[in-house]
Amino acid sequence: MVYQVRIPVFEGPMDLLLHLLDKNEVDIYDIPIALISSQYIEYLSMAEEIDLELTSEFLLMACTLLSIKARMLLPKRRPEGEEILEDDPRMELVQKIIEYKLYKDIAGDFRERELNQSKLFCREIDEAGLLKQFPPANPLGNVAIADLLAAYGKVLRKIERRREVMSIAREEITLQDKIDEIIYALAQNPGGLSFHKLFTGLTQRSEVIVTFLALLELSRRGLILLRQNKLFGDILIYFKDFKGGLESAHTVS
Amino acid sequence: MPTLFPKDFKSVIEALLFVSGEPLSAQQISGILDVDEQDVVVLLKEIKADCERENRGFFLLEIAGGFIFSTRAEHAEYIEKLIKPRLNTLSQAALETLAIISYHQPVTRSEIEEIRGVKCDSSLNTIMERGLIDEAGRKEAPGRPILYKTTSEFLKYMGLKSLDDLPKIKKDELQEAVNES
Repeated sequence: MVYQVRIPVFEGPMDLLLHLLDKNEVDIYDIPIALISSQYIEYLSMAEEIDLELTSEFLLMACTLLSIKARMLLPKRRPEGEEILEDDPRMELVQKIIEYKLYKDIAGDFRERELNQSKLFCREIDEAGLLKQFPPANPLGNVAIADLLAAYGKVLRKIERRREVMSIAREEITLQDKIDEIIYALAQNPGGLSFHKLFTGLTQRSEVIVTFLALLELSRRGLILLRQNKLFGDILIYFKDFKGGLESAHTVS
Repeated sequence: MPTLFPKDFKSVIEALLFVSGEPLSAQQISGILDVDEQDVVVLLKEIKADCERENRGFFLLEIAGGFIFSTRAEHAEYIEKLIKPRLNTLSQAALETLAIISYHQPVTRSEIEEIRGVKCDSSLNTIMERGLIDEAGRKEAPGRPILYKTTSEFLKYMGLKSLDDLPKIKKDELQEAVNES
């Protein structure tokens, strides 16, 4: 027959520490570390004796307590005689205990709320049962074949309409195309091609630019001659090697 | 208190509250009735007052951002004879874990354990299973640990209107403790 002792079970080392501080009625900011750590270790050994399984956290806290105790025993005065204001080694632990106590108190408040709330009963709704009573409306309930056909027709029309819209690719004229075009036009007009006429009928700005660039290019290569007979007058374009054109141009002017 | 609405609206709201298993917000009701939310609030107050005046067996409970009919606490002993009692209450460990989450959310498991000084796996599991907390993404920290937050079920369980309704703690004390640690 095993003799059983009831000892309070603690949630963790913090809980046990709080209990010891309460029991000894000590100031949390001035913990008698020697007293508390010896009582703490006493609890641990008692727990071990009665086969109470303790988690490793309890041992970790025991180490912390002993380490604080050791640091407090060390002389604060350095050999040189210099006064060193060291932090109280207990401070970190105190902060942790305070924070833990805060939440432990709130947990107590929660316990009360839980109890109060357990006395209130709200209706439990059996949603599955309700769904059976109120079957969801069939979204296709009122639809006849004719509606389906009409809808299909609508879709088809929409597709047709969409086909009418076509994208027109922008016409692209390369410089070489334009040069060829001008050379051809010059061949057609040996008597001189009007600069003004070359540009009439052009609708795209890019084409105007390319045309002008083509003229510049032809001129740079020395393939054409440009002549303006009077100030602000029309410029005439000739093939350079087309002597006849030049002659006739001279005669015209 | 006379209102500008047909008396029917109050009756409709009562009906909605009666069939709803979840707290109904004034906004939801105003959406259903197509009535201004402020007016719904007035009508809800009237319904609440009616229940009190007539000392009905139920009252209008404001909880988790909405309203729901609830029986009076003093009738609990009789009700418990009629229907099976609630689930077991939470353990001290679960309550402490819940307390830390509710004030620190979103919070990781290791942050909770830092405060409690013990492992929290099982209490986290318990309150998760009861639907009182939920995951809230992951923290951008080494290991990308899971973050936890409380749910509206938590508000209902604790009888809170919203998180602002949580018991006020000595904020300075907590802040100090948090800063120092």
